[in-house]
Amino acid sequence: MKANKIPVGPFHPLLEEAEYFELTVDGETVVDIDMEIGWMHRGHEYISEMKTFTQSIFLVERICGICSTSHPIACVHAIEDIDNIEIPLRARYIRSLVGELERIHSHLLWLGLAGHFIGYDTLWMWAWKYREPVLEMFEIISGNRNHYGMMRVGGVAQDVNPEKLVELHKHLDMIERKMVMIAKAAKDDPVLKSRLKGVGVLTKEDAIAYCTVGPTSRASGVPGDVRLDEPTDAYDLVEFERIVLPNGDVYDKLVVRVLEIIESIKICRQCLDKLKTATGQVLNNVKEISPGEGIGRYEAPRGEVFHYIRSDGTNRPIRHKVRAPSYVNIPSFKASCKGIPIADALITLASVDPCYCCTERSLKVVDKNRDPHTLDLLGLSRTKTERIRRTIHGN
Amino acid sequence: MGWYNKRLAKSLWVFHASGSPCNNCDIEILDLLTPRYDLERLGIKLVGSIRHADVMLVTGIFNKKIAPRIKKIYEQAPKPIFVVAIGTCVSSGCCFKDSYNITEKRETVIPIDMYVPGCPPKPEAMIEAVAKLVGVLNG
Repeated sequence: MKANKIPVGPFHPLLEEAEYFELTVDGETVVDIDMEIGWMHRGHEYISEMKTFTQSIFLVERICGICSTSHPIACVHAIEDIDNIEIPLRARYIRSLVGELERIHSHLLWLGLAGHFIGYDTLWMWAWKYREPVLEMFEIISGNRNHYGMMRVGGVAQDVNPEKLVELHKHLDMIERKMVMIAKAAKDDPVLKSRLKGVGVLTKEDAIAYCTVGPTSRASGVPGDVRLDEPTDAYDLVEFERIVLPNGDVYDKLVVRVLEIIESIKICRQCLDKLKTATGQVLNNVKEISPGEGIGRYEAPRGEVFHYIRSDGTNRPIRHKVRAPSYVNIPSFKASCKGIPIADALITLASVDPCYCCTERSLKVVDKNRDPHTLDLLGLSRTKTERIRRTIHGN
Repeated sequence: MGWYNKRLAKSLWVFHASGSPCNNCDIEILDLLTPRYDLERLGIKLVGSIRHADVMLVTGIFNKKIAPRIKKIYEQAPKPIFVVAIGTCVSSGCCFKDSYNITEKRETVIPIDMYVPGCPPKPEAMIEAVAKLVGVLNG
């Protein structure tokens, strides 16, 4: 039978971002999937090389609006790695507090959207209703609902004073009650179970083969979590569990995220308690960044985010490389979408919580009048590495 | 078109097109529809196709790949359509104004009727923009 192709995108009702999927179908079954990205590319790595280190942190905050503190945390880790800068204890707790609150709001956002994608708008409204208090907590901590601007090299921008702590505790108590309720309801919901169980299975072998990270891999039984494997900030000072489930279907991905919300609340509570007793400043004064290179890792809500920064002793990076979690999670569609009906394909596409704004770090320009292979990415990358090497070694 | 606009103002249907934003404005737009802010009480509904819409919300810096597509969906829209630009990206380019992949003037791609600045704008600001739009339509 001849296979048909169904184009989806770049503007479609499923996701709020623009991306293009091409589903090859045989009858109702998806045989193959291809996708085209590049609609969201804004050239962060290039702009970052024109900005100072402090400005870069604000820039990477705007890579993605949902994980808008994961990128800055990874970025400051990378800059601190160059000089082995120590950060104060109080700043470590505040960093982890903001990071975990972001995980709660991101997972709730996904939970709501997942409900919306399967036509279960009650779940959408419900999850997003309880996402609001989390944003309020951000407003108390930083003054902003989104794009918090809290991270600095050597600490955090603002302290959390005792009056704020009382307010935050009240909000967290309320969120915890509601989250326990939502977790129980989502796990017992017959609609979610019948719609998501056994759908879009990503086996453990595939999860390893595609190098998936974050909840996508943890739902397939691959126990990677940067927070526990390589603890930074306050993660070695608090106690929490690693959530790993074996089946790899969309339902397990949902349950992993719901359970992670509960764990995140635990971490937030411990951070708030420790902030009551931990004293001292929140920002070490860092005057100069010496020449060298540094890497920073952080477990973003979608998985491991990786930043590489090279400094030549001036006040701006000469190379800033970003690898976002969705970059490795998105290709796993190839494995998980094969052989499922079209109706299930869309929730499977959404199940890795894809973020195209995070992913699109490079752009291939093709001169249509000439040979299309004149500008290959690998060649460009090698030329740039050579250029940087010459700059550093001065020959 | 006074009589038409008055009828339109009773229930504006909104289509949301993201022209390379950072997602945050888009999330805040969706946030408007959820219980805390609930724009549906003003008759506003998010629709899945531009062909059903009265208002087009655009976000982002319109990179070179998406700008022709934004133009295309604007052309597909039944007129009159009102274009509301959400976020600083559309009005000034935000921190991406030095990028190689930005459309220099977003107004040359599609005509924009209203700007809501902010990175991202607070939902209250967006509600005010919508209320102003309804006021203008009512004459």
